Amino acid sequence: MTGLLTLFYKELLRFWKVSLQTVLSPLVTTLLYLLIFSHVLEAHIQVYPGINYSSFLIPGLVMMAMLQNAFSNSSSSLIQSKMNGSIVFMLLAPLAYWEFFAAYVAASVVRGAVVGLGVGLAGLWFAPLSLAHPLWMLAFAVLGCGMLGAAGIISSIWAENYDQMAAVQNFIIVPLTFLSGVFYSIHSLPPFWQAVSRVNPFFYLIDGFRYGFFGVSDVSPRLALEIVAACFLALSLATLLLLKSGFKLRK
Amino acid sequence: MTLPALEIHQVYKSFGRVQALQGIDLTVQQGEFFALLGPNGAGKSTLINILAGLALADSGKLAILGHDVRADYRQARRSIGVVPQELVYDAFFTVREMLRFQSGYFGIRNNKAWIDELLEHLALTDKADAYVRHLSGGMKRRVLVAQALVHKPPVIVLDEPTAGVDVELRQSLWAFIQHLNRQGHTIVLTTHYLEEAEALCHRVAMLKQGQVVTLDTTANLLNRHTAIQLRLKLAPSCLPAALKELSCGQDGELFKLSLRRHADLEGVLATLRESGIEVEDLEMVKPDLEDVFLELVK
Repeated sequence: MTGLLTLFYKELLRFWKVSLQTVLSPLVTTLLYLLIFSHVLEAHIQVYPGINYSSFLIPGLVMMAMLQNAFSNSSSSLIQSKMNGSIVFMLLAPLAYWEFFAAYVAASVVRGAVVGLGVGLAGLWFAPLSLAHPLWMLAFAVLGCGMLGAAGIISSIWAENYDQMAAVQNFIIVPLTFLSGVFYSIHSLPPFWQAVSRVNPFFYLIDGFRYGFFGVSDVSPRLALEIVAACFLALSLATLLLLKSGFKLRK
Repeated sequence: MTLPALEIHQVYKSFGRVQALQGIDLTVQQGEFFALLGPNGAGKSTLINILAGLALADSGKLAILGHDVRADYRQARRSIGVVPQELVYDAFFTVREMLRFQSGYFGIRNNKAWIDELLEHLALTDKADAYVRHLSGGMKRRVLVAQALVHKPPVIVLDEPTAGVDVELRQSLWAFIQHLNRQGHTIVLTTHYLEEAEALCHRVAMLKQGQVVTLDTTANLLNRHTAIQLRLKLAPSCLPAALKELSCGQDGELFKLSLRRHADLEGVLATLRESGIEVEDLEMVKPDLEDVFLELVK
């Protein structure tokens, strides 16, 4: 376990050393969303009865920040190691592929949680927030960050350069998070876009996470949890198989 | 029976249509100081990468102290320390942090004493808390050496460790590596500085186009492959016809003759005397590994 714990600690230290960029910057960006959207739409929209729009918005923004930062953590660390060659230090060591996976995913979960906690606490200044089902909230947070941590590993193994890596982030991860019901309930969408939303796994993450706060959701939280858990397992399995094969890492 | 430090049997590796390794067979015994030489593209780094687990062989068997590099990769990697050829580092961390992490990857928790010793031997003590990105090329190279040694591997592989390193540092690095060799560590070295291999290594393997073209002790290679060169300045400046068959070139007034043995000198001098030619200057040049290398890779 020493190898795994060391790699995990190294990954934590890596993002903590540049916390202005990795923690404070996404926190400020997310709070700007909250500030603008809540002020503009507060008086016009009420998604769930008895819950004002700012309160509705906060869990979605927290989850969005967590997902994007969990993805960034594993993907940016690995692509940098690949590009500058320092990945050899890990490849030369007797680390098992599953230790590699566990350390990177766990560090992604921590980074996601730190940013999410920051956004959530700062959000309390804008609107009140209840916590109806904390364990559900926690389960969606951990599974969501784990999913994106694994997706970050896969993307950075596949990407040959920073440009390809940025393409995955900008053309897949960001659209999926924005179109997942962060700012609205999918019931407000036309039937076609509702159907499209239902094939976006991020929708279930946001919806289930929001259920943890308010006890209300667009779809059954149990179904959401099952879909999210299945996605996490599928991505984890794919990552483990890639790491075991040495694809693009061990020539 | 003592296990060999490295056992490499019928290893093949290709990159697309390029055959990088074509049936390499090599055994390195424990405690040896072994050189792996060859021109660029001969397959030296590929072979080292496969040993270290950075690349995967298409076929063949490789074992480090009896541990298969695929089936028993954890033990194999614990047994080997590799200094990579490229100057790679993680920009986020200091020298000491890098060494602590590398120890941890190898399962070692409290390694401060050995890290301090390594830093001292490699003249890095005052740079321990500096970021690696701020160090000079030579210092970065030394950090790589320290990282390779952090888990006290019985087999140490150095892939061009002195490239771009100044003379003073090169000498201190070799003194340290020789010290480790005397303590029983097996050293495998690739270098472009052939005089280093000649001075340090007991045995040499030369690779060409992915094959071992020669494998022998350094002394045997030097005796076997290259003649002694005799350089003569003559008055009058002409070479008798009887010596023309020994000629291997001319540099201005300097005639170069190739001799198999030192004893052949007597015959050359006798021929010159009989021809009435006086020797104004004479120099015997012993072959070095570079001559052997050039002869073999021709």
